[in-house]
Amino acid sequence: MLHAERLTIAVGARTLCRELDLAVAPGELWAVLGCNGSGKTTLLHALAGLAPAVAGRVTVAGKLLADYSRRELGRALGILLQREDQEFWGTLRDYVMLGRYPHARSLFGWNATDEEAAARALAAFDLEPLAAQSYGTLSGGERQRARLAQLSAQNPRLLLLDEPLQNLDLRHQLKTLEWVRAAVRGADKAALLVLHDLTFAGRCDRVLMLYGDGRFAAGAAAEMLQPERLENLYGCRVRAFGSGPDAHFIPVI
Amino acid sequence: MTSSASRAVPTPQPASLKGGRTGRGLLVILAAIAAASLFIALLFGTLPISVAQVFDSVFFPIPGVVQDVVWRLRLPRAFAAFACGGLLATAGVLLQVLLRNPLADPYILGVSGGAALGALGALLFGAGLAFTNLAALVGALSAIAIVFALSFRAGDWNLHRLLLTGVVLSAGFSALISLLLVLAPQGQLKGMLFWLMGDLSHAGASGLAWLLLALVLLVFTLCAGSLNALALGALKARALGVAVSGLQAALYFCAALATVAAVLLGGSIGFVGLMVPHALRLVGVNDHRWLLPASALAGGSFVVLADTFARTAWAPQQLPVGVFTALLGVPVLLFLLSRKP
Repeated sequence: MLHAERLTIAVGARTLCRELDLAVAPGELWAVLGCNGSGKTTLLHALAGLAPAVAGRVTVAGKLLADYSRRELGRALGILLQREDQEFWGTLRDYVMLGRYPHARSLFGWNATDEEAAARALAAFDLEPLAAQSYGTLSGGERQRARLAQLSAQNPRLLLLDEPLQNLDLRHQLKTLEWVRAAVRGADKAALLVLHDLTFAGRCDRVLMLYGDGRFAAGAAAEMLQPERLENLYGCRVRAFGSGPDAHFIPVI
Repeated sequence: MTSSASRAVPTPQPASLKGGRTGRGLLVILAAIAAASLFIALLFGTLPISVAQVFDSVFFPIPGVVQDVVWRLRLPRAFAAFACGGLLATAGVLLQVLLRNPLADPYILGVSGGAALGALGALLFGAGLAFTNLAALVGALSAIAIVFALSFRAGDWNLHRLLLTGVVLSAGFSALISLLLVLAPQGQLKGMLFWLMGDLSHAGASGLAWLLLALVLLVFTLCAGSLNALALGALKARALGVAVSGLQAALYFCAALATVAAVLLGGSIGFVGLMVPHALRLVGVNDHRWLLPASALAGGSFVVLADTFARTAWAPQQLPVGVFTALLGVPVLLFLLSRKP
C-alpha cells in the first residue's frame, strides 16, 4: 500500500529521520509516536508529497509518488492536516463537499455520487444537524470532525491522519478510531495516525516511533508499547496497567 | 458506526443547492443591471436623446445625428467602460484568491505603475495615442516580467515575496511617475493626470478586451472548484488534489493580462478591483462559481455608470472616471461593512 525506502527527512539542519524503511500493508493501521518536534508531521507531509524529502523514495499503491498527478494522488491518498489556517466562507456542507474535489468529473458542480459521499461523511461524524451552518460558527471540536468528514468524503485508499483526536470529546475520539478501523478493515486501504494517546495507539496494528534524532523503531503494537520503550521515547517514567490491546500507560509522577 | 456509515442518508435540502439558487438569482439581477447601465449610458450626454430615440437608433437605425452619437460615440465608450470594469473586478477576484490578502487589488503587483510610467513617458515626448498605448503595454509587460522573475522559484512560489516585490516595484514606479509629473511641461500635465486617474474619453475599440474578459471568465469559472479549494490555503489545496503551482501561475498571468487590458483602455481606474469583489462577498457571494461572473457584471455596470456620470456631471467638461468610481464606491462599501450581519 505504502512503501518508503531509505527515506531521510530534515527540517533546517536537523535530520529528524534517517533512512527510514517503512512498509504499510493493506488493512493495516499504524500509530506514529514521538515527542513534540520529532518529525511526525514532517514525515506525514513527505509521505503525502506535500514536502520534499532529503533522500529516498515513496511508493503509494505500487506507483512512485512523483509519478502521480496531484489530482490522481488526491484519490489515492488523503491527509488530515494538523492545522488549517484559513477561514472558510461557506457552510459545513460546502466544506465537506470540497473533499470530493479529486473525484469531480464535471466542471459544473457535484454529481449524485459526490452528494451521497458527503451525506454519508456528515452522518458518520454526527454533523447532519450542523450541515447548513456556516463553518465559521463551529467549535474547535466540530471543526475537527468537519475535517475528518471531508477526508471521509474524499475516500482515499491511504489515510494519513495528523493528530486526528485533537479537540475531540471522548465519544468522538472513540467514533473517529472506529471510523478509521472500519474504513481500513477488509478494504484495500491503510491508515497512519499520529497520536499522543497511547491507549488508542494500542488499538492500532503497528507502531512507528520517531526519536527526533534520526533514529526510529517500528514493530507490532504489542511489542512496541512496553514501558521501557516508551520511557526511552518520551524521556519520562511510564507505568503500564493491564496488558495487550487494553493496556493503559500513565506517566509516573 | 459501520452500519450508519453505509446506510443511505436522506438529504432534506442540500445547502449547496440553495447557494446555487441565490447565485443564479443574483446573476440574473446583475445582468439586468448591466443592461440598464448600458442603456443609461446611451441615454445621457451633451446631446439630449429620448428613451424612444435610443430604442430606435439601437434597433432600427436611421442615418442621422442621433444615430451617429449613439453608435459612434456613446456605444463604443459604454462598451469600453464595461470591459474595463469587468476586467478590473475579475482581476481583483483572482488576485485576492492568489495572494489570500483582502487588500489585493489589480494594481498591487505593479502592472498599472509600469503601464503609467510607459504612458507618461510617451506623453512627455508628445507621442500620439497609439504610441502611448504601446509604451503603456511595454511598461506593464515589463512590470509583470520583473515581478515574476524576482519572486518565482520553481517548486515553491512564496506569495509573500510576490506581494512584497509587487508593492516595492509599485513604490519605485510611483516615484518615477512623480518625477515625470514634475518635469512635464504645463501643457501636458492635464493629460497625464487624467491618465493616472483613469479616463475613458480616449478609449479605443474594446473588442480584444471583451475577448480577454470572456476567456478569463470562462476558464476560471470552470475551475471554480480549484479556486474554492485554494482559498483554504495552498497546503490544504494540494492535500485535496489541486495542482497548486500551475494554478497560481495561471492566476498571476491572467490577472496581470486582464489588468493590462483594462489599463490600456481607461488608464488606472481605481477602486473597482478592490471594491466590487468585497461588496459581493459582503452580500454573501463567496463561491467562485458565482463570484467571478457576478464580479464581472457588477464591475462592468459600475464603471459604465460612473463614466456616464463623469462625462455628464460637469458637461461639456469631461471628468476622469476614476474620481467617480471612488466617490460612488466608498459610501457603498462603507455601508456594506457597517451593516449588521
